[in-house]
Amino acid sequence: MTSRPALAAPPMLTFDELYGSVGVLGLKFSDKVKALAGQTVAMRGFMAPPLKAEASFFVLTEIPMSLCPFCSSDADWPDNIVVVYLDAKQTFVQPNTTIEVVGTLEYGSWTDPETGFVSLLRLRGADFEAV
Amino acid sequence: MRKMLLALAATTMLTGAAQAATVYPLDRATILAGSPFDFKVEFKENVKPEDVKITVNGQDYKAVFGSDVTFTEAEVGKDDKKLGSAVTLRKLMIAAPGEYTVEASAGDEKKAVTWTVYATPAEPKVKNVIFMLGDGLSVAHRTAARIMSKHMTEGKADGRLNLDDVDLRAFIGTSATDSIATDSANTMSAYMTGHKTAVNAIGVYADRTPDSLDDPRVENIAEALRRTTKKSIGIVTGAEVEDATPAAVVSHTRRRADKADIVGMLYDVKPEVLLGGGSAYFLPKETPGSKRKDDKDFVAMFKDAGYALATDKNELEAASGTNTGKILGLFHTGNMDVTLDRDFLKKGTVDKFPNQPGLVEMTKVALGELSKNQDGFFLMVEGASVDKMSHPMDWERAIVETIEFDKTIGLVREFIKTHPDTLLVVTGDHTHGISLIGTIDDEKPGDDMREKVGVYEKAGFPNYKDENGDGYPDSVDVSRRLAIFANNFPDYYETFRPKLDGPFQPSVQNEKKEYVANEAYKDVPGAVLRIGNLPRSSDTAVHAVDDVVLQAVGPGADEFKGYMEQSDVYRVLVDAMALAPAKN
Repeated sequence: MTSRPALAAPPMLTFDELYGSVGVLGLKFSDKVKALAGQTVAMRGFMAPPLKAEASFFVLTEIPMSLCPFCSSDADWPDNIVVVYLDAKQTFVQPNTTIEVVGTLEYGSWTDPETGFVSLLRLRGADFEAV
Repeated sequence: MRKMLLALAATTMLTGAAQAATVYPLDRATILAGSPFDFKVEFKENVKPEDVKITVNGQDYKAVFGSDVTFTEAEVGKDDKKLGSAVTLRKLMIAAPGEYTVEASAGDEKKAVTWTVYATPAEPKVKNVIFMLGDGLSVAHRTAARIMSKHMTEGKADGRLNLDDVDLRAFIGTSATDSIATDSANTMSAYMTGHKTAVNAIGVYADRTPDSLDDPRVENIAEALRRTTKKSIGIVTGAEVEDATPAAVVSHTRRRADKADIVGMLYDVKPEVLLGGGSAYFLPKETPGSKRKDDKDFVAMFKDAGYALATDKNELEAASGTNTGKILGLFHTGNMDVTLDRDFLKKGTVDKFPNQPGLVEMTKVALGELSKNQDGFFLMVEGASVDKMSHPMDWERAIVETIEFDKTIGLVREFIKTHPDTLLVVTGDHTHGISLIGTIDDEKPGDDMREKVGVYEKAGFPNYKDENGDGYPDSVDVSRRLAIFANNFPDYYETFRPKLDGPFQPSVQNEKKEYVANEAYKDVPGAVLRIGNLPRSSDTAVHAVDDVVLQAVGPGADEFKGYMEQSDVYRVLVDAMALAPAKN
């Protein structure tokens, strides 16, 4: 595991800080997410195994996830997930390990063109390491 | 000897030459007279349309079916795999009851099936049917709920569940058309259509093509009610309203995961009362939290169709006074939180959705609204999380869900006292491999939790208390609690304790798509790693194939008896409401 160059540490964003309000009729992004959009941020969580081998992204979750056997379509993730697009391919980290991801924060609905996976929050140009 | 050889040769030739085509509906299907259904024959080879021969009771099919089939020369599977030819006839309807033997052949392929088309009695026995389904409800759930809620002294229960006084009627066989094992889609579909189908499928026979929405359809109870009556329809669940069980009341898909499409089918049928979770599939794609992939706004569409909308307990109370006759209650983006989290521990997602109603409150509002209809109603109430908490082996949550389901049965039984023209059915859709085997006693010596499991006379009686008399234990975390185990499991850490911090997540997936024990529970004092006995692709405990117990009271209930296939239950429901009255 290589450590990152000692640049100024990017601001840390937690899963609790993603939404300002959560309700039946939709979620509202937090002011912090809006303020940090387009900037490099760090997030800690758990890496869900790639949905498909060819997918260029993975899902970062707050807690280690297991999904019910009959509803494991991409739509059955909890609300508070972040989709991570890596700059370069990285090896999957064991599911019980916390990772820290650094990437450019993006928010708003976006459909992955290859898989059709709809996400609300993304970290682009990202890399990660186990912590 | 010579005769025997000849006979043998003849049999071999028959099976060798005649490949079996597949005919939907399958052999031994039972069909409500006058109900529309799709007919399909799948041939294994490409055949010529002029070679396809179909007879019904020996006559050309058109005389009975009334119209022509559509011929597809070559159906295509995944990766352009050639599947063979097919013929289809959509929305076929047979009005006259009787036995129908359908023979289909082309080239050397041949298949004969026999369907039973049935009418109902001419006069209904009841005005209302209330169908209460404890998802995954097994015998151990009710035993544990009785002991946890009512307690036990010297081997006799100190009180009775509401469930205990609904007459026991039948054992239900839950198997699917493709497997002895089963899930909530095909099982509820059997109850709600009278046809068995494949695991994962709802309101269709599972054909071979990849499209999940083109499979041969059969009529469901909501469509039958709309076609033949003016009764109201209600659906109440703690799950997403587009989850398999509620979906089976109204929808048609080979894949229960087609939840966005299922919401569209709910909208097509428009049940007068629709209460549960799952709002994420009602919101347009652009709304954060939406799980749709299009711009349809079903909340707005339902409101435009005259529905009063409720998103929490207070709004539900307000909506119950509506004069539009229609209530849409969506109380969570996903599955609603369970009783133990909602009312006691405040865990799960209760911080985000703090004011969710429970099953009793939702059912009360549903009954109040539906009973305004002079023509009667059909209400489906699902205790969804008995199953959703049994999968991860979160026994305290599963048993408290069973108690809540039982309290809802109590409410319904009160309703029936003043509405005796009601048939009440209480059942499960499938079972779980769950058993109650004794107690876990913290007072037993040592730190080894296994040695604290009390069996036989050492189990004694648990020490749950219910000081406030609400039927729920004041705490589930007592020093001598129920010892419940699953007979099947993935790798997980057994803690022998209630999960007070939120629902149990026994396993997590690794990069090989195998489930491994969730190490979040590794450091719980006394936790031990149990190596699973399920395939490593299983994330949680699975459904059991064991029969389900069906209970029922009210006019028509005596039609339930002995062993019944799950699909036979539908006939009792439609008989009670006389949905296909026999003509003299």
